[in-house]
Amino acid sequence: MDNLQIATPEIFLLAATCAVLVVGLFTQAKSNTVYWLSQLSLLITLIMSLTQLGDEAVTGLSGAYTLDSLSASLKSWVLLLAIGIFLYSRDYVGNRKIARSEYFVLGLFAVAGMMIMVSATHMLTVYLGLELLALSQYAMVALHRDNGRAAEAAMKYFVLGALASGMLLYGMSMVYGATGSLNLKVIADILAGNSEVLSAERTIGARFGLTFLIVGIAFKLGAVPFHMWVPDVYEGAPTSVTIFISTAPKIAAFAMLVRLLVEGLETLNADWQQMLAIMSALSMVVGNLIAIAQTNIKRMLAYSTISHVGFLLMGIVGATDAGYSASMFYAITYAFTTLAAFGVLLAVSREGFEVEQLTDLAGLGKRNALLATVMLLAMFSLAGVPPAVGFYAKLTVLESAVSAGFTWLAILGVIMSVIGAFYYLRIIKIMFFDDPVDELEVSPAGDVTAALAVNGLAVLALGLAPGLIMSACIAAFS
Amino acid sequence: MSFPILSLTIWLPILAGFLIIAVGDRPARKLAGIASILTFLVSLPLYFGFDSSTATMQFQESLAWLPSFGINYALGVDGIAMPLIVLTTIINVIVVISAWEVIKDRPSIYLGAFSIMTGLMVGVFSAMDAILFYIFFEATLIPMFLIIGIWGGPRRVYATVKFFLYTFLGSVFMLIALIYMYNQGGSFAIADLHELALSKDQQFWIFLAFLAAFAVKIPMWPVHTWLPDAHVEAPTAGSAVLAAIMLKMGGYGFLRFSLPVTPDASAQMDTFMIAISLVAVVYIGFVALAQRDMKKLIAYSSISHMGFVTLGIFIAFRLIAKGDASGVALGIEGAIMQMVSHGFISAAMFLCVGVMYDRIHSREIADYGGVINTMPIFAAFMVFFAMANAGLPGTSGFVGEFMVILASFKTNFWIAFLAALTLILGAAYTLWMVKRVIMGPIGNDKVAALTDINSREFWMLAILAIFVLLIGVWPNLIGGVMHASVENLVNQISTSKY
Repeated sequence: MDNLQIATPEIFLLAATCAVLVVGLFTQAKSNTVYWLSQLSLLITLIMSLTQLGDEAVTGLSGAYTLDSLSASLKSWVLLLAIGIFLYSRDYVGNRKIARSEYFVLGLFAVAGMMIMVSATHMLTVYLGLELLALSQYAMVALHRDNGRAAEAAMKYFVLGALASGMLLYGMSMVYGATGSLNLKVIADILAGNSEVLSAERTIGARFGLTFLIVGIAFKLGAVPFHMWVPDVYEGAPTSVTIFISTAPKIAAFAMLVRLLVEGLETLNADWQQMLAIMSALSMVVGNLIAIAQTNIKRMLAYSTISHVGFLLMGIVGATDAGYSASMFYAITYAFTTLAAFGVLLAVSREGFEVEQLTDLAGLGKRNALLATVMLLAMFSLAGVPPAVGFYAKLTVLESAVSAGFTWLAILGVIMSVIGAFYYLRIIKIMFFDDPVDELEVSPAGDVTAALAVNGLAVLALGLAPGLIMSACIAAFS
Repeated sequence: MSFPILSLTIWLPILAGFLIIAVGDRPARKLAGIASILTFLVSLPLYFGFDSSTATMQFQESLAWLPSFGINYALGVDGIAMPLIVLTTIINVIVVISAWEVIKDRPSIYLGAFSIMTGLMVGVFSAMDAILFYIFFEATLIPMFLIIGIWGGPRRVYATVKFFLYTFLGSVFMLIALIYMYNQGGSFAIADLHELALSKDQQFWIFLAFLAAFAVKIPMWPVHTWLPDAHVEAPTAGSAVLAAIMLKMGGYGFLRFSLPVTPDASAQMDTFMIAISLVAVVYIGFVALAQRDMKKLIAYSSISHMGFVTLGIFIAFRLIAKGDASGVALGIEGAIMQMVSHGFISAAMFLCVGVMYDRIHSREIADYGGVINTMPIFAAFMVFFAMANAGLPGTSGFVGEFMVILASFKTNFWIAFLAALTLILGAAYTLWMVKRVIMGPIGNDKVAALTDINSREFWMLAILAIFVLLIGVWPNLIGGVMHASVENLVNQISTSKY
């Protein structure tokens, strides 16, 4: 296969994005052209990516880029999520003074960045993808420029994100110093002692670098103690951007974690297992406990995200193939469950009315039973109650943690998931048991309603047939 | 593979439930009625086609479900599970009758939720795979959470969240135990877990994990406090299903998991278990005596009766130590008998309170008095069920209690003495309530204005009364099907696993 051919979806998407950018200049603010063009580019890219699904693993572009079953399937998920995000956000962005063509264009750039992250097997490519994603996100958070909180959130996100990027780069340079390469495959070979004898000092150098790499990854995932930006950004950003930040990038960050730690530095697993175990435990505890105290629903979901990152890390901690695929399953199911939750928030919001407080959802069960049911399924799934798909995600990561001897972490995890169930139940309580505070009808567009229904149904249906995604996740790590 | 009766009994009500919700309020009642009767009819072959001479699982079905984790969709019933399944489908019919004209607010969702829950509960009793069991066990929380939360009383939110979190907390430990055993033995099949060799320490911790799940569910003292809240706040049918079936999931769990999977730990812990069972029987009996709210009184009486179930189960280990195999079977069969009988009686008691509540909108005993004067037919039913609740010979309430007390006598006089106190206490709190509510002169104007039960309510109570009497005079109706299974269980728990 030709070298460039492995990156055709990315190349197409970037070209299409540039075209959309130009078209955006010449369209009216109210027109939907940019939206439809963006969706079309995503759809074509998705099809291109799906055709690559069964292909043999190929590494090309001087070892910087890899197409394997992990990257092909994660890319497809990222693209599918992006299509959903754009659909749910369309009317929200349109009704507010948010530069709409910029929203979609930045979103497309971010998607391209994620696709590069997912396929990168060279530290520079990883960094390149990451920055493309991050810079687009900083700008997206700031899109609502007249809003003080959005500006504050963007500033915070940018400063902390830049710091984390610096850490990551520093870690990469340390690893380079120790091994003499930035190619993850070569690094793995050297660390395994295959290429040359590695002196003790130089392994220490790699371990030192590893610590900084983990800081950078943890920041991007939002794991405790590098989670400070998450609640502020989730709350301050327009909801259409929050839905973006909270879903697809988690999958990309998972891929980055796997590429760096598992494919590059797996021989140092004794070191990173400990660090990840502590971060996993802290994330679950801090995320779940602080979420209870939140009255702002976006902030609450932010802390909930932090706790789910803890669960996601629990699968990696064991350093087994079964654990990695469990984490992958967790990342995917988490992403589209959260997509449904934020999708409902976007659908309930309308011009002049933002869903901010928990009480804003009061009586949704009476106002729009379908949206409320979708939210209910999403909440039970996030809480890990069977038969929603979130249960299997928890089951698989718990199983991998127990089999790797981290039973204490698994027990902590289930206790925290019970605590977590409390605030998810509270949303259900507010929607179904409380009386509505305003009687205005909630009527999102037909295609949004249909998409939300499918999204909610998927949360349930994949719970009845979890094998569908599970087999792909297992195939990615075998 | 033969005709999948179990799958049909599970999925018919679940799919019907979604259909009921989808069709809206107007046709919901009729559809729910048809679905519940159909489900009952479908479950009948389980009873009549049951081979009571064997302990092997019957009506088996198995499909690979999540092969990478060895999880199968495996169903089957033995003599312990089958009566509970039939009980579930009967209670489902009663639920629909009870809700017929009472529920005005969104009846389609109400009936749909009950229908779905019925399927899930049948799933709990027929799962042969531990994860499948767990999924059904947990999934029942969702409809019950909504039923209490939407149609419950004034403190419904507190009660339903407490109910959910309490039971959720208990069962997640069971999940960890199941995963742990999967890592030891490589299988989630319950039959394989029964065979799995476990050391003393392993058994101890696994036993505790199961205890957390089932003690909360059944519930045992001191983790019973969610039950009075949930029972009191739930709508009538919700209380009935909670008491009649959901509590039995705890007792069933002890028999299906705790005893055969961790027999040595169960034997080691038997004194403790017997002690807290007796606390439930005696102390909670006194607590029931002090209640002013009828539903609360029945709720505490449920806890006290469930104390009998755990007593009957764990007394077994004392008798095994003595080498008295027939006594062991007596205790366990008594426990199962008590579960089934309590299913009918507690449901009937809650429905009786519901009948009065629908008319006067009060559950306070003090708001009633002399109901017999205005509602004579109803009063007859209520007195009958109260007698059954107190364990009157000739009713089903007597059979289980008597068997457990008899088994207790074979071990220790004082255990039997304390257990037998229930005959006095049960009679005291139930009959005293009946005296204050039903008997005497008309208490107030509201009671004077009462109208007697209509034919819907009559048949609802009559069906239950028939079963209570039938089991009372002919216990072998249920006893007959479970001998072989209980014998098998006794064999399992008398052999050490290490």
